[in-house]
Order: sequence, then C-alpha cells, then structure tokens
Amino acid sequence: MAEPMKIRATLQGDVADVRILMLHPMETGQRKTGSGIVPLHFIQSVVVTHNGKTVLDAQWSQAVSRNPFLGLRVKSAKAGDKIAVTWTDNKGDKRTDEATVAAP
Amino acid sequence: MNTLRRTFLKTAGGAGALAIAATAGLLKSGQAWAATWNKSAFESKAMADALKGLGATNMIDSKDITITAPDIAENGAVVPVAVTSKIPNTQSISILAEKNPFPLAATFDISSGGDSYVSTRLKMGQTSDIRVVVKADGKFYTAAKEVKVTVGGCG
Repeated sequence: MAEPMKIRATLQGDVADVRILMLHPMETGQRKTGSGIVPLHFIQSVVVTHNGKTVLDAQWSQAVSRNPFLGLRVKSAKAGDKIAVTWTDNKGDKRTDEATVAAP
Repeated sequence: MNTLRRTFLKTAGGAGALAIAATAGLLKSGQAWAATWNKSAFESKAMADALKGLGATNMIDSKDITITAPDIAENGAVVPVAVTSKIPNTQSISILAEKNPFPLAATFDISSGGDSYVSTRLKMGQTSDIRVVVKADGKFYTAAKEVKVTVGGCG
C-alpha cells in the first residue's frame, strides 16, 4: 500500500536533526481531471516519537505539499536512539517507519 | 450535441464526487480523529474562523517567532516553510496561508522532548501572508511573512 518513508536523523551536539520524507499524493479535492474532481486524499496526522515518547504530534490539512517533507529537532538525543514516525490519512491508511539517530 | 447539457452533466458529476468525498471525510474524522484533528479549524474557509477554531482570539505580535520562507515562490505547489519559536514553553505551532481555500495548513503539537522548530512544505494558491500562530503557556503569539507566488499550487 503506502510507500515507506525516508527518515534521516543526525546528531548535532545533543540535538537530533530529523528529516522525514513521506510519499503521499496529498490530493486537495480541487484538482480536476477529465472525469471530474479528484477526491480529497491527504495525511491528517503525523506522530513522531523518540524512544517511544511522543515529541511531535502534527495535524495537517490538504495544503501540505505532495510527498510531504517534515523537519524537526529532538532534544537530549543520543546516537542509537530510536525515532519512529506514524502517519494516518483521511482514508484511514497508516504507515509507521523507524530510524536510529546517527552520530555526526 | 447540446453543449449546455454537456456542461451541466460535467458540473453535476463533479459536485457529486465532491459530496461523496465530503461525506467520507466527515464519517472518518468523526470516528477516528475527533480527538486530535481540529475539524472546525481545518475546514474553515476564512482566516478569522480558522483562528477562532484554534482558540486564538487574543494574539500578541511576537519577534521571537522566525519564519523562514522564500520571498518569491516560483512554484506554489511546493513552498518550503520553516518556523522557529524562541518563546519559552511553546506548546504548539500552527501555520496558515491567508488566501488559501482553507487557510489552516498545519498544526504541530510539541511535547517537552521536542525543540520548537518545524520545517515543511506547503501548497499556496496565490500570493499571500503566511501566518504563524504559536501557543505558549496558554497564550497565543503570532508573526507573518509575505510570500509572492508566481504559479499557484491548487490546480
């Protein structure tokens, strides 16, 4: 179903710089094709956890770009820490991927 | 060939699809996201309603919010926006594009372990202000930056 995310987490001091690239069409419900309007299809919620603890809980609308990018920083991180990302879209599709924090 | 009839059918078909999508969206958000996804704010078509949906009524202009976005975005479908808040105890960061059909683009709830920085990419229909609303200690702070859009990202 949903394509895997690309997650990169690199340590900068004691802060992990996390970059996430999700693959999703993010249809606005306004785009027209020959047969009508492409229905709304977008990621509604993204949750980022650091060693199982939620650090960011994002709610999105259809205004986020196609194949969304999300960048964030996680405080007091160490190399080897686990960063997990879960997104849920408006059709109930879900995807979870995990990455470990890499030393710089 | 009656062109009027063609146009009518096309429009009706489009409206039907939209209605189905809306119903599906309604049902789903009612079931699963009622607690987290701020439906009233996200589905507001006017800036004022979206802000009301967020609960941001008395906003204070703040210089502690940094918005990094291009002055001129060539492609409205991909406008990189990064927000840093230096306000202590930042709880959430919301990004709104004032002239989009639905102004509220994203809300980020930040837990204690997270840094008050987020970066993402938005669609923008036309040139307008990007407004950021930061909630910290129950108060709302705001800042805005104008982004000129040469090609809109709604089509």
